[in-house]
Amino acid sequence: MRSIFIGAVFLLFSLSACDNPQEASLPGVEKVLTPEYGDTFIEASIGDASTLLPVLASDSASSDINGLLYNGLVRYDKNLVPEGELAESWEISADNLTITFHLRKGVKWHDGAPFTSADVKFNYELYVDPKTPTAYAESFKQVTRVETPDPYTFVAHYEKPYAPALISWGMSVHPKHLLAGQEVTKSPLARKPIGTGPYKLADWQAGEKIVLEANPDYFAGQPYIKRVVYRIIPDISTQFLELQTGSLDFMGLAPLQFDRQTDTPAFRRLYNKFRYLNFGYTYLGYNLKRPLFQDKMVRQALAYAINKEEIIEGVLLGYGAAATGPYKPDTWVYNADVPRYDYNPEKARELFQAAGWIDSDGDGVLDKDGRKFAFTIVTNQGNDLRSKTGEIIQRRFKDVGVEVKLRVIEWATFLKEFINPGNFDATILGWTGGPEPDQFNIWHSSKIGPRQLNFIGFKNAEVDQLLEEGRRVFPPQQRKAYYDRFQEILAEEQPYTFLYIPEALPAVSKRFRRVEPAPAGIRYNFTQWFVPAAEQKYSR
Amino acid sequence: MLRYIFKRLLILVPLLFGITLISFVVIHLAPGEPTDMQTQMNPQAGTELQERLRVQYGLDQPLYVQYGKWLSRLVQLDFGESFATDRRPVFDKVVERLPVTMLLNVLSILLILVVSIPLGIASAVRRNSGFDRVTTMLVFAGFAMPSFWLALLLMDWFGVRLGLLPISGLKSLGYEYLSWSGQLLDRLAHLILPVFVSALGGVAGFSRYMRSNMLEVVRQDYILTARAKGLSEKTVIYKHALRNALLPVITILGLSVPGLIGGSVIFETIFAIPGMGKLFYDGVMMRDYPLIMGILVMGAVLTLLGNLLADISYAIADPRIRHGQQEG
Repeated sequence: MRSIFIGAVFLLFSLSACDNPQEASLPGVEKVLTPEYGDTFIEASIGDASTLLPVLASDSASSDINGLLYNGLVRYDKNLVPEGELAESWEISADNLTITFHLRKGVKWHDGAPFTSADVKFNYELYVDPKTPTAYAESFKQVTRVETPDPYTFVAHYEKPYAPALISWGMSVHPKHLLAGQEVTKSPLARKPIGTGPYKLADWQAGEKIVLEANPDYFAGQPYIKRVVYRIIPDISTQFLELQTGSLDFMGLAPLQFDRQTDTPAFRRLYNKFRYLNFGYTYLGYNLKRPLFQDKMVRQALAYAINKEEIIEGVLLGYGAAATGPYKPDTWVYNADVPRYDYNPEKARELFQAAGWIDSDGDGVLDKDGRKFAFTIVTNQGNDLRSKTGEIIQRRFKDVGVEVKLRVIEWATFLKEFINPGNFDATILGWTGGPEPDQFNIWHSSKIGPRQLNFIGFKNAEVDQLLEEGRRVFPPQQRKAYYDRFQEILAEEQPYTFLYIPEALPAVSKRFRRVEPAPAGIRYNFTQWFVPAAEQKYSR
Repeated sequence: MLRYIFKRLLILVPLLFGITLISFVVIHLAPGEPTDMQTQMNPQAGTELQERLRVQYGLDQPLYVQYGKWLSRLVQLDFGESFATDRRPVFDKVVERLPVTMLLNVLSILLILVVSIPLGIASAVRRNSGFDRVTTMLVFAGFAMPSFWLALLLMDWFGVRLGLLPISGLKSLGYEYLSWSGQLLDRLAHLILPVFVSALGGVAGFSRYMRSNMLEVVRQDYILTARAKGLSEKTVIYKHALRNALLPVITILGLSVPGLIGGSVIFETIFAIPGMGKLFYDGVMMRDYPLIMGILVMGAVLTLLGNLLADISYAIADPRIRHGQQEG
């Protein structure tokens, strides 16, 4: 069966390649085709989904799948501007304290029950219920009161204006009629989800695959691709081998695979490759409670000693951008005019000297008051990029007379023994963000407690104020003023040395049309993707 | 004999209790808690979620209370619910993965026996011959080869270049639509590489073992007697020597009983096989205490039973042991 599949594909591809060579090589300029229904989209996931109840899920496999099974009231469009999903429209009151959503009519749950404002109200209550072990309650806790004046209107009231409020309603809505009065952690919906989304769950073989089927009653129209299959393949080398035989239609490539191993005619015939910046960055964070890192000049000197370009070249093979702050360069909130620390070992030495660190005994290591400038960088096991980054930094620090040891520790131990008790000098870690610029939880001085995210102990009164005010105003232009200043202070203070932003490097089978890269990536219009009937590979 | 078995079974109970106690303590000694894994470094999750989870999982109670509760459920054959976000019963999670792992392990043990016994005998009989040297070399190469590397090479060769065999997984995509014979063939095709790779290390070790056993036996007086009687070399080797050389195989088979439910993480990861090894590994990484304990207990029971079984079959197969016991 398998060989028949593959044979058919090769036939199709050789045919289409002969008929119109333009189409195979330049997807951007091909003639406009009418979308057709059918075919299967197969991708691999390194882990099985844990639960298909979005309120409980925190792993990326579950979130990816839940994104096709459920809807929120709003979502980000291709340009990362909020647009209506289950809500047709919304109004924000003049005082920014009330959001009124007008819900779409005629939306049905996968089991046929109608979707109404009662579901939205229940959903809010589900997220904030102290018995629900969810990681997503924080933004809903800002809500003081909700109302449902009629089945298609939903109103949320806030005590203080809260800028991330609107997009927080993009969280998946769960069905009230199946969950009300039940313990959510014991609900069968975790394995048999019922949502409003473009796809329904068809089959789930634990640890093996998850199959979704197009929802013919989807409110925005049935998606063109009939079926989506997630194969669980934990090893990315195996995924890559599967990709090469054409058994996968999508894979996020590693830089090495993208750069060297896919540069073959056979691969180019089957796949289009895309590259764009991810939301998220890797940083070197200094424990500001340690005397060694108290001096701003020392942190700036360390920043000058690191060659970010070299790290990007060595670790990501160039598929990334240097980070100057917590935001990525192609977003509205990014401030390009902050102090940069381009590699400059001379400058680093000057700053060390100004801060009193000199190599007085000639052993190659800086010292001050009889103390050597030596510390340990810790990072977690299982992330090759981070440990390689650490090695490169170690080398560069040695050049300027700073002695660094690198320790790579298993994640659970890493958190328990090093990060939580604040028992570390410096750490290489990463944050994954999103279009919403609010960074309150990571940088506000109220978040330095144990197990909180400001674990480096950054305290800055002006940053506190900027973060508080930045989440109180709504229009992006006004918010930008606050976050521009916030980025300036971070760049000046260097509590982290922001290192790099990696690129997403997906490969998508050429069968699929309307794959159009945008600020939101490529998956935002997945329901619009289609395969021309002549190229469809899987008929059932 | 029955009394002996009964006695051995009775000893198993305190032994098992001790094993669970030690495992429980050791697992909790490992730094980190399941709640850290699920909530930390997540910008959205507050610290109160962590506390909430701790209470829901019962981690706020003293360790001896946790152990007591776990043990009292175990006595009723209830392994509890996993601490993973799916919170499914441990028993269900194990049972859905067990058949695959057992199938692979049984096939692999069979392959090991079928290949390595004749191989071992042949090299022993033709000791220091060219054949012996070549097999010795190949066997050591097989033993030394990292299985993940070999697996990837084979997958690339048979799967990508030749397109003969599927690369990973257990079934093809259109499996449901195949006829029963097609399904069988599809299953077999998916099993060839995993079984081959997992058996390779075993073949290497076991054929060496078989060879030295055989050499040992051939040196015995009764073989000399058999030869002196004028029996043909074939009868001497296959009738007199082989039966004695095979005795230790029983021990090895007994010891491999717990191995039947244990999988290999590396190997399952590479072939994308949802087996016990990956389940256990992920459980440990997430500090999923009930799951880890459940698998450890099942493994312990099987180990103990396997040993018992080996001892009993030994007694049955080897009159020397049987008689020795009756005297003592």
